Amino acid sequence: MSYRWKSHSVLPGFGLTLGYTVVYLSLVVLIPLAALFARSAHMGWGQFWETVTSPRVLASYKLTFGAAFGAALINSIFGFITAWVLVRYAFPGRRIVDAVVDLPFALPTAVSGISLTAIYSQNGWIGRYLEPLGIKAAFSPLGVGIALTFIGLPFVVRTLQPALADLDRELEEAAASLGASRWKTITRVLLPPLIPPLLTGFALAFARAIGEYGSVIFISGNMPMRTEITSLLIIAKLEEYDYAGAAALATVMLVVSFVLLLCINLLQWWSVRQYQGGGAS
Amino acid sequence: MTEHTAELSGTIAPRLRAATTEPLWVQWGLTLAALLFLALFLAVPLVAVFAEALRKGVGAYFESVHEPDAFAAIKLTLLVAVIAVPANLVFGVAASWALAKFQFRGRSVLITLIDLPFAVSPVISGLVYVLLFGMQGWLGPWLAKHDIEIIFALPGIVLATIFVTFPFVARELIPLMQEQGTENEQAALTLGATGWQTFWRVTLPNVKWALLYGVILCNARAMGEFGAVSVVSGHIRGQTNTLPLHVEILYNEYNFVGAFAVASLLTLLAMVTLVLKSIVERRAKVTSADAEEVGLDKMPEKQI
Repeated sequence: MSYRWKSHSVLPGFGLTLGYTVVYLSLVVLIPLAALFARSAHMGWGQFWETVTSPRVLASYKLTFGAAFGAALINSIFGFITAWVLVRYAFPGRRIVDAVVDLPFALPTAVSGISLTAIYSQNGWIGRYLEPLGIKAAFSPLGVGIALTFIGLPFVVRTLQPALADLDRELEEAAASLGASRWKTITRVLLPPLIPPLLTGFALAFARAIGEYGSVIFISGNMPMRTEITSLLIIAKLEEYDYAGAAALATVMLVVSFVLLLCINLLQWWSVRQYQGGGAS
Repeated sequence: MTEHTAELSGTIAPRLRAATTEPLWVQWGLTLAALLFLALFLAVPLVAVFAEALRKGVGAYFESVHEPDAFAAIKLTLLVAVIAVPANLVFGVAASWALAKFQFRGRSVLITLIDLPFAVSPVISGLVYVLLFGMQGWLGPWLAKHDIEIIFALPGIVLATIFVTFPFVARELIPLMQEQGTENEQAALTLGATGWQTFWRVTLPNVKWALLYGVILCNARAMGEFGAVSVVSGHIRGQTNTLPLHVEILYNEYNFVGAFAVASLLTLLAMVTLVLKSIVERRAKVTSADAEEVGLDKMPEKQI
């Protein structure tokens, strides 16, 4: 049998739709992204390395990745509790709460940025109670963490919810009837299959947070070396017409994002496999 | 609690229920912790937008919205969405037809590439177009010679918006259309329908809720995008300022009431989006239960 790259189908329109897809994808996404890599490749390795490891840039990585990690961690803990409560317990207003979880997806980032700044600045609703305790929330690294927590909030909840709903109740009943305590049932029976989706949610929240711009720049105060995120530095370089420098920083961030995307895909693959294996045996 | 325990409660009830749920105080504690977390991070910022906008009264609120620059920003935002959303809708439908109804080599690579813009941070999404079309960009000098404005003008804003909203429609349609298979379409073709008739009468009605869902999310992002648009817009007041950028300008001018008033419009848009989204999710569930179609019931769970 001769080799074909496409299996036979009676449906029409394959050539037209595939052609359109490839052309549109190339023009809008692939060529511009290639231009970015080409631009930073243009500047030579030495200069590239110098740009992406200058002290101010290193400080921005530390803040960006540190705050993103902390925010994703908080979201993992409270996202787990939220997903658990939404799936397992009935309480008045559950549907509304469930819908509101998506707010950070729907609310423009500039709006969440100025709103969080108003709340956490020293005269704000929450900031005024933190100030006497010596905690400076707005215009500090803590503020960056708060904004990134807001932005990443839905990810853990939304990846855990379907996994929690799919858990087989009979397994719990079996564990209970065999004499396991509730705590033991949760840690030994319920938790293991939830770990891949939890990690996926964490990675998604983290990936979103490291690229975030709009919600952070208002609350961070943008002080060089202290509260400057990497996205902001890219814009700063652009405003100085240092296109190559901006492209170099963007390349670093893109590579990190793509590695994270790969991890997320692997996690999802692992999750599916584990789930299927557990279900069958 | 759940149907399952409710059903049991009549028979072996108390002991088993105690064994498969947490003690009441744990349930209360966890619910309270979740609600407090959500109140702190979601409800408070939401309320704060309106509180700050109305700080100087209803009059000042309407005055700041009723202003030429704000109107220009609203008009530009709508214009950008009116171009970007249909562009990605047509692409999403075409892509899902090619990728979900046919099997060919390189298919999964193409699906991954379509999702790529979600992994690119907003600032970089704008930057790539500046590198191409900006004054120091590759095509910049040529464009300048021919008097074509892309960066710091409408085309750049539209391009950046299309980039960040690129996958929304396609990623809703592809998995669903794939699960629905091609049998319905084959039957229609066998019965003498043309390709277009098959698409309009058979395929489209089967995916209409997923399509609508994708369009709603796409539109919300298109109207609310900040980072990518901020890089390409040039912030020319009354000309290249979208609503989110207008919020930033007012805020940086210390016109807080104005900034929050404009922000409240965007917040209303977000709330309408959430309501529409839950309605569509519920309708999709009902439809899928009626038709016993696979896949649609899983729809609401995946998003970025």
